[in-house]
Amino acid sequence: DENNIINKNVLLHQAGEIWHIGASPADKAVLTTCYNKSESHCFLLRAASPPDWSSSDATRTDAGNLSCHNVLWEPMGDGKRVISLADNNALLWDLQESSTQATVSSTATLEGKGQLKFTAGKWSPHHNCSQLATANDTAIRGWDLRTMSQIYCIENAHGQLVRDLDFNPNRQYYLASCGDDCKVKFWDVRNVQEPVKTLEEHSHWVWSVRYNHSHDQLVLTASSDSRLILSNMVSISSEPFGHLVDDEELSEGEDNHQEDKSKEPLKDSVVSTYEEHEDSVYAAEWSSADPWLFASLSYDGRLVINRVPRALKYRILL
Amino acid sequence: MDGEADGSVTVSEDSGRRRRVHGMLKLYYGLNEEGKTPEQQESLDPCDINGPHFDPELYLNKLRRECSLAELMDQETCMVKQIRSLDSDMQTLVYENYNKFISATDTIRKMKNDFKKMEDEMDCLSANMAAITDFSARISGTLQDQHTQITKLSGVHTLLRKLQFLFELPARLNKCLELQAYAQAVSSHRRARCVLQQYSHLPSFKGIQDDCHAIMDKLAQELRQKFSKPQKNKDGGTSAKDLSECVELLLQLDEPAEELCDKFLSHARSRLESDLQGLEAEIRPYPSTSTLKDASARRLSSAAAVGSPTDCSPKTSSLLSPSSNTDILEFIDRGCNEFVSSLCLVITSYQELFINHAQTGELASKNIPQMANGKLHAFVDDLAARYFSLVERRIQEEKGVGDNSLLVRALDRFHRRLQAVAKLLPGSAVPNQGTEIVVRAATERVKQYLCALQSFYMDSLTDVRQALAAPRLSVAGASVAGGGAHLGGPASGRDAPTSLPELLSSLSASILNQIKSVLASVHLFTAKDITFSNKPYFKGEFCSQGVRESLVVSFIKFVCQSSRQFCESAGDKGGSTPPALLLLLSRLCLDYETSTISYILTLTDEQFLAQHHSPVTPVTSLCAEAREAAQKLLNHYVKVQGLIISQMLRKSVETRDWVNTIEPRNVRAVMKRVVEDTTSIDVQVGLLYEEGVRKAHSSDSSKRTFSVYSSSRQQARYAASYTPSAPMDTNLLSNIHKLFSERIDIFSSVEFNKVSVMTGIIKISLKTFLECVRLRTFGRYGLQQIQVDCHYLQMYLWRFVSDENLVHFLLDEIVGSSAHRCLDPAPMEQSVIEVICERG
Repeated sequence: DENNIINKNVLLHQAGEIWHIGASPADKAVLTTCYNKSESHCFLLRAASPPDWSSSDATRTDAGNLSCHNVLWEPMGDGKRVISLADNNALLWDLQESSTQATVSSTATLEGKGQLKFTAGKWSPHHNCSQLATANDTAIRGWDLRTMSQIYCIENAHGQLVRDLDFNPNRQYYLASCGDDCKVKFWDVRNVQEPVKTLEEHSHWVWSVRYNHSHDQLVLTASSDSRLILSNMVSISSEPFGHLVDDEELSEGEDNHQEDKSKEPLKDSVVSTYEEHEDSVYAAEWSSADPWLFASLSYDGRLVINRVPRALKYRILL
Repeated sequence: MDGEADGSVTVSEDSGRRRRVHGMLKLYYGLNEEGKTPEQQESLDPCDINGPHFDPELYLNKLRRECSLAELMDQETCMVKQIRSLDSDMQTLVYENYNKFISATDTIRKMKNDFKKMEDEMDCLSANMAAITDFSARISGTLQDQHTQITKLSGVHTLLRKLQFLFELPARLNKCLELQAYAQAVSSHRRARCVLQQYSHLPSFKGIQDDCHAIMDKLAQELRQKFSKPQKNKDGGTSAKDLSECVELLLQLDEPAEELCDKFLSHARSRLESDLQGLEAEIRPYPSTSTLKDASARRLSSAAAVGSPTDCSPKTSSLLSPSSNTDILEFIDRGCNEFVSSLCLVITSYQELFINHAQTGELASKNIPQMANGKLHAFVDDLAARYFSLVERRIQEEKGVGDNSLLVRALDRFHRRLQAVAKLLPGSAVPNQGTEIVVRAATERVKQYLCALQSFYMDSLTDVRQALAAPRLSVAGASVAGGGAHLGGPASGRDAPTSLPELLSSLSASILNQIKSVLASVHLFTAKDITFSNKPYFKGEFCSQGVRESLVVSFIKFVCQSSRQFCESAGDKGGSTPPALLLLLSRLCLDYETSTISYILTLTDEQFLAQHHSPVTPVTSLCAEAREAAQKLLNHYVKVQGLIISQMLRKSVETRDWVNTIEPRNVRAVMKRVVEDTTSIDVQVGLLYEEGVRKAHSSDSSKRTFSVYSSSRQQARYAASYTPSAPMDTNLLSNIHKLFSERIDIFSSVEFNKVSVMTGIIKISLKTFLECVRLRTFGRYGLQQIQVDCHYLQMYLWRFVSDENLVHFLLDEIVGSSAHRCLDPAPMEQSVIEVICERG
């Protein structure tokens, strides 16, 4: 990134259309793909070494008849555990040392009337990575991975389909969700009756919601109204009163102090709306290296990389 | 000046002449006038012919010396003339005065005779007078001693009469006592009291006095007894009269006034309290059995007679309740007639006795009026407070909104009767408290009306909902039945809309009527013949704050609020309210915005001419609120209807296996349903909203645009998408297209017309269709099926929207996206598509 060169390596995927890719947090050579080959959906583990993608050996794991569409790595782990969401099952896989073998260690099944299907899922980075949140239709459910049982359920979280979820990286009970009702909602999973906050900025379905990894007041949402919106949700972030000021800094001078004071009442607001895309934006993601960088991908194949506006960056930092 | 000077000259000449004549006469008579100085002046000149020192010799010499002959001749003739005239003057004067002198002499002579006669008569008179005086002195001397005797006798007579009265007094008092003619006794005693007091040192008088005292003590005793036990008297009015008589007599007997006041008041209190208890008994409409028994034990009256069956069963008690719970007018009437009137009576008699009376009498010095007044005030305030609490309790029970006139009349009567108290007792707080009660009751009533209006509104909404639900069921049934029932669909769909305008008009009319009737009944509070209506509160604050703000304005606000709640509550549950209701309410709110609100407020302002200029909610803000509510409802309607159609489309896309589908033979039933539903929505909306403007298009626009859409661009796109060399072109083409077309806001707010609403709904549906298509993979026939479907939609949907290009663009996108997602993109021949669509 330093010299603004994006390396491009093409890896030929023989099997079929890729629906989802997930990279192992531990080993950068390992990633998962989720693909469908005409009708049967499988997921594949592939170990590859970046300089030479050809020498890849893949572990193909077939989830049977189930159509797998989402694979989640354990966020803080050593790349040993993976969850795949397939239809109405959440399967927890244990990987072997060499990532060549995977065995199903436990499953959780959602049961109910009609054809239930997980549409999205997220592995919570908190509680020693023992929680999983999934979305099906209009409900959001939380699962305890140790017992594979449901721990909470937000019925009617959205008026229509829930499209995506994300956990606040710093506040363990806070969860963001987005859906077809054009809304982004923030939940405290301890009280699932009412959302903590609701944003209604988009004019069509919201496909993706992402917290910034380090500054959780920054929330990125992508919608099929071909807009990407960066919001600054100060009031429900882990730093509701701005960056905590050290005592030493305080003692330095009055001016500093006053400045801090003037900065404190930051309000929840939309920072900016990005309209570079001409078609529906389906994905948005923060850079894992630079907390001020983010990318969005739209239907027309356009990938847009943006930075957080400088003014806001300084306000958050200083 | 000259004339005046001439005049003065002539006058002076004339006066000079007259003086001359005068002077000559004076000379003649030897009279000396006051003016000595002119004589002295004149005397100085011996040549002055008129002067006293005239020397003819000197004068003649002078003339002779100075004058010529002619002059002398003239002088001589002049002189002769003057002498002649003087002579004649003298002669006339002598004649005139001679006559006068003659007559004067005659008169004097006559007078002399008369006086002489008078003198004689006067002498005679004086002699007579002397004789009379003499006689009179002699008579008075003889009558002297007889006169003194008569005077003595008359004095003795009066004394004897008095003594007789005194001696007879005990007997008379006794007799009075027997006859119970207390008043007479007291007045007799009063007359004698002083005398007896004075002569008490004489033994005989002492005896009489003692007797009298004994009798009067007895009398006082008897009066007191009568005073303290007046309950024997059944009839309240006469009892009060008797009582006052007693008190009057006792006062005259020098009983302590304060004690009497207390006694009087305590007695009055006991009577008034029994009235209050009667009222209280009436207030308890649902008495527990024990209290009812109490009541029946206490008063063997009608209430108890009615009350006794209550003990049997709750059913009878419920039957009984309206009868025992007399209506408020009756209650207030009774309160007024019994309590207030007897209170007034007590006040008047009390004032008569202790205050007015005392002021004139000797009691005034002892501060009794003030004391009595204070007692009276305390007494009245205390009782009135209890009465008011009862009245207030009763008024609070008056929950029903039905007959406001009764309440108003009751309040009016209540207020009017209190005015009487106010007149009697000017400083009392009673009338103010009464007014406060009336005000409270009025505001309470207004609140109740608001509640009633709100519940009426909700009820009518429920009615509307039910009315809507009945025909809608058939629509729902048709949708469940699926494609097969699509012929019946529009017909049954149309049933609901036909009643929509009727429902709307009946709803708004009934609400308006309700408001009017409420206003009319509230208006009673300010009617001219109601006494409290000209209180400042009812003139000002009640009209503006009470009626306008807290009744009318808050009702309108409530309507808007509840409408908005429909949007919000339904938002999460996905349309628990029927969309037609949303549409109806939206139109209702819009009507409110355009006309109804201003009408209602004008009506209110007309009926309640508020003189009081407190800040009131302006019409514009209410209108804005109504408009906002209407907008929200309509947006929500679009959203809900769009959602229904999108759900249908989404299900149809998601549940189908698009890869292994067969070659399309006809349009899918879902698309027909979509078109049908859209048509019925169009009809529904068209019933309530105007057409609106749409971009001009020719009558054959479906054909024309279709050909453009299919032949030129689509063909190019399909060709591009399945020749591997040209993916860039496709992207470029679509991107360029997008660059020039406006960005479409899918869930944007709509305008208040049919076209805009329909555009919104269709936009939402097609966008959903697009997004769903992008998530699927298509086989060759899958793509062709989408083509057919899109063409079908194209044929029918353009007519609903304001800008048909929008539909074309979205359908283009759908077909394009499905071509992208197609494994084997081989589009269908345009002519075949047309044939299929026309057949289906």
